[in-house]
Amino acid sequence: MATETSTTGTPGVKRGMAEMLKGGVIMDVVTPDQAKIAEDAGAVAVMALERVPADIRAQGGVSRMSDPDMIDGIIEAVSIPVMAKARIGHFVEAQVLQSLGVDYIDESEVLTPVDYENHIDKWAFTVPFVCGATNLGEALRRITEGAAMIRSKGEAGTGDASNAVTHMRTLRSQIRRLATLSADELYVAAKELQAPYELVKEVAGTGKLPVVLFTAGGIATPADAALMMQLGAEGVFVGSGIFKSGNPAQRAEAIVKATTFFDDPDVLAKVSRGLGEAMVGINVEDIPQPHRLAERGW
Amino acid sequence: MPLTIGVLALQGDVREHLTSLTALGVTAIGVRRVAELDGCDGLVLPGGESTTIAKLARIFDLDDAIRSRIAGQMPVFGTCAGMILLADRIRDGAAGQETFGGIDMTVRRNAFGRQVDSFEDELSVTGVAGPVHAVFIRAPWVEETGPGVEVLATASDHPVVVRQGPLLATSFHPEVDDDGRLHRLFLEGF
Repeated sequence: MATETSTTGTPGVKRGMAEMLKGGVIMDVVTPDQAKIAEDAGAVAVMALERVPADIRAQGGVSRMSDPDMIDGIIEAVSIPVMAKARIGHFVEAQVLQSLGVDYIDESEVLTPVDYENHIDKWAFTVPFVCGATNLGEALRRITEGAAMIRSKGEAGTGDASNAVTHMRTLRSQIRRLATLSADELYVAAKELQAPYELVKEVAGTGKLPVVLFTAGGIATPADAALMMQLGAEGVFVGSGIFKSGNPAQRAEAIVKATTFFDDPDVLAKVSRGLGEAMVGINVEDIPQPHRLAERGW
Repeated sequence: MPLTIGVLALQGDVREHLTSLTALGVTAIGVRRVAELDGCDGLVLPGGESTTIAKLARIFDLDDAIRSRIAGQMPVFGTCAGMILLADRIRDGAAGQETFGGIDMTVRRNAFGRQVDSFEDELSVTGVAGPVHAVFIRAPWVEETGPGVEVLATASDHPVVVRQGPLLATSFHPEVDDDGRLHRLFLEGF
């Protein structure tokens, strides 16, 4: 309910929404009860989905947008923002999610892509989008398509944060490198990154992405979350890591605290105690190349 | 000595407030611990998720320290989630959600709607010359105010900028614009 002269769906409100999530943890949930546990633990938002990535990986098959009834149930259950996933390129799933009133759409490689050439034209929506990226060129292509927030991809559903680290380090070092180039070198940099020159120039000037950068994929412990924050993430998505662990409520709260006090080892030591079993985990190296989710999207 | 203004740095758009304050010539620091709060002349409560900020403030013992400074007349400026945290009473909060309080008002969380309803608008604000560009994100509004509360701006017939003594609160996010006039209004309260 805005006023008569106001405008909705602007880049300002889409990117601004992500700014408000900074320093926070966004948790995957599959039921309203899990959503409440996440809210009570201090999550800044929940990601509503039918199966967490670890189960998607275990069960296989085509993975799609969640059932609208299930998303409604989660929206009803909590007062914090609710995000949901659409398949890469599936703009009709995105239309449905916008109609349901979700607060952010994740065009996600965790689901099975429906279009192997095109991503969703995200400018066409009022609701903002977050997209995954493994490197700077990919991040800038998603921003060009209208993404208002980027998350490093990592390898979802593994509990192995090694790819999250690789992707975050790659993004950050490519941004740092751009800042060292002279103006006439940025044209070739844009060509190499396969990204628009104007965006490349902007990143070179500011030393950061024009949108908020979170991390995702394999984060399972408070120390993992703090590691990603120290590497330059502005916040954390935790997927299977919470509700596939021994004591979800306690682990969720510990990861929230670790994300805020990411640079304080004394706090990190304290919150890492007594959490019970972490999710079992799979080494990314043990996953055959065709089954790696991070390679979906381009 | 320039003023030292803390920005509560538990979660939210802390950096934007630090930038806005620094541009006005004050010393701005992030506050996550009671000892850091003790060194501040005033405090900003940023945009973010009010449930998360309130929970972390309670866990790390900042809530009572902030309440006691508010009782001692420390100037505080809250934007969006920060407005909720300054409200004596809230509606549509999470179960058991607490605030720091200080302004005699009732604030409704997410009153303007969900993210698809988030909007930008031009407002006129008492005490600020010219229109103010205002970015409202899942924004709250004020439903009731006590006698000591001045309403400085409204949108959709509800107060969106209020002041009570040294406490100032906005439903929107002046920190995301390179404007500084609302931060200056806050600093004029010292």
